[in-house]
Amino acid sequence: MVTASMRKLTMARAISEAISQEMERDPRVLVWGEDVGVYGGIFGATQGLLARFGPERVMDTPISESAFIGAAIGASAEGMRPIVELMFVDFFGVVMDQIYNHLAKNHYMSGGSFRHPVVLMTAIGGGYNDGAQHSQSLYGLFAHLPGLKIVVPSNAYDAKGLMISAIRDDNPVMYFFHKGLLGLGWMPSDDLAEVHVPEESYTIPFGQAHFVQEGSDITVITIGAMVPKALRAAQQLQNEGISVEVLDLRTLVPLDRDRIIQSVRKTHRALIVDEDYRSFGMSGEIAAVIAEEALDYLDAPIRRLALPDVPIPYSRVLEQAVIPSVEKIADEMRQLAK
Amino acid sequence: MDQMENPDKTQVAKYVEMYRTMCLIRRYEDRIAEIYTEGKTPLFSIAAGTIPGEMHLAAGQEPVAVGVIRHLRREDAVTAPHRPHHFAIAKGVDLKRMTAEIFGRQTGLSHGKGGHMHLFDPLTHFSCSGIVGAGFPPAVGAALAFKRQGRDNVAIAFAGEGAANQGTFHESLNLAALWKAPVIFVIEDNHYAISVPKEQSTAIAHNSERAQAYGLPGVYIAGNDVLAISEAAEEAISRARQGKGPTLLEVETTRLYGHFQGDPEVYLHAGEKDAWRQLDPIKRFREYLFEHQFLTEDEDQQIQNAVITQVEEAIDFARQSPEPAPEEALFDVFVES
Repeated sequence: MVTASMRKLTMARAISEAISQEMERDPRVLVWGEDVGVYGGIFGATQGLLARFGPERVMDTPISESAFIGAAIGASAEGMRPIVELMFVDFFGVVMDQIYNHLAKNHYMSGGSFRHPVVLMTAIGGGYNDGAQHSQSLYGLFAHLPGLKIVVPSNAYDAKGLMISAIRDDNPVMYFFHKGLLGLGWMPSDDLAEVHVPEESYTIPFGQAHFVQEGSDITVITIGAMVPKALRAAQQLQNEGISVEVLDLRTLVPLDRDRIIQSVRKTHRALIVDEDYRSFGMSGEIAAVIAEEALDYLDAPIRRLALPDVPIPYSRVLEQAVIPSVEKIADEMRQLAK
Repeated sequence: MDQMENPDKTQVAKYVEMYRTMCLIRRYEDRIAEIYTEGKTPLFSIAAGTIPGEMHLAAGQEPVAVGVIRHLRREDAVTAPHRPHHFAIAKGVDLKRMTAEIFGRQTGLSHGKGGHMHLFDPLTHFSCSGIVGAGFPPAVGAALAFKRQGRDNVAIAFAGEGAANQGTFHESLNLAALWKAPVIFVIEDNHYAISVPKEQSTAIAHNSERAQAYGLPGVYIAGNDVLAISEAAEEAISRARQGKGPTLLEVETTRLYGHFQGDPEVYLHAGEKDAWRQLDPIKRFREYLFEHQFLTEDEDQQIQNAVITQVEEAIDFARQSPEPAPEEALFDVFVES
């Protein structure tokens, strides 16, 4: 339904609008990171913020990830609410100590007396031939570490509401945006991610997966850029008379176990689609949840489609061979429906 | 120690208070060293006994904590390393709750979830970390927060000389200078990173020289002298409060126990420890106070008795405190709203 108030935003716009509205509302919110100022964030997540809030609140940092991400720990302990961007999730190796030994653990180690309301945002995903050091997803790695909330939006509406929730959360939140959903001028983007976004502020609670399409024969559980791909695959299956339910998890921590189980108990068949590596990751975790809570309801073994356990190759042909495509998702659905 | 020819009464009282805090720290560390062995023998077991886990004591390093922290206010932030007791005591962390935490008890600062390397106290803005070099970035962030809030508070990051070879040290100096953050980096040079002597780990004689590379003042203070440290710290902290940015202080000090309790210290040269003991900073400060008639034998005895009582009260409190309930292990991963 198109109305006069209908306003389609790219996901990048939706994120920067969310941050801007929260900075307006709460003077404790600061933004820093590499190229977040004049450039507006390499992926557009901080566009317009410098002009609006000035260099005291929107700060470009040197390429010193341990220092500027670690600084968020001390600043949040003293009352600020930093949003810190580190461009690519692939770059997080240099700062892991500050994240998994301190940011994630201080609340626990302090017996609940220290709080770190920090949003760490970063870009994930491949599909544009940038090779093994610029194409990973890795949200499963961080979801594995206790103390971090993990957000992976699949469209602009969710991106805004989840970002506002992330900023207002008193815990460290890692916010992963997929490069192929942002609507950047220089990057092919799935137009299913560019949706109506209300101008007013709104939140989307964490831990509530969203049924983006209801169906009765198969449940597809997925996240991020695999959501629009799964939807396109589901369309193909619909034409073949198979009804697919697509569940967008939206957050990995907290994980909406209830809706996963509810859907699988209804459809009796589950496919998990993940752009992260296959072994020891999201797809294995969700398969375990289903096995624990809905095994007796399954009419077929759980199927998983994820990145095979290889670094992401550069060549277009090789990369397309490893990242789940609409066709591969559709094939998995057909196998499962047999 | 040749600071004042004719100090006034207030100054004398401050000196005596510094001395008292140093004595409190020393008594505490000596008692923890004794208690730490309880229940660990005959076969030394690190997890057994009254105090489980590793134990890193700071006896001999009291001048660094007292000399710097005497210039701080409660709201000023301190990040400390894995050898944190002297800083915590000087900062005013509640000794009973701190001891209970070290004993792993429910009444501890973190209800037994932190331990001796992970003391957290929001009341005194004190935190520490068991990871070498990890306290620098959070101190820069705390300083940034103070600046943004328009407060004249400062943050201090304490770390050993081994930590000055971590990337976090270099990144944080640059970032702090760039942001003119009110933060003081204090390197405790106790000559050894566990067993590796400084000359084998650091290509220059003094880490304080590294400050130049990042455009901030660097000061080296030799002699483990509490008054010299205090003087340098006062200047650095005052600069920071006035918005003039960060300072790096490197302080020569001595570690009278090993890196950890149970350390055989095979790496020390013959006689090295004895030489350090000869230069005990508390003994020297006491002599200085006597010499200038700032302290009498009687007053000293009163101080000694008082710190003994204070330490024993904290230890009794910890001993009598309950262990946490097992199910508490599952709480505090996240803030529950």
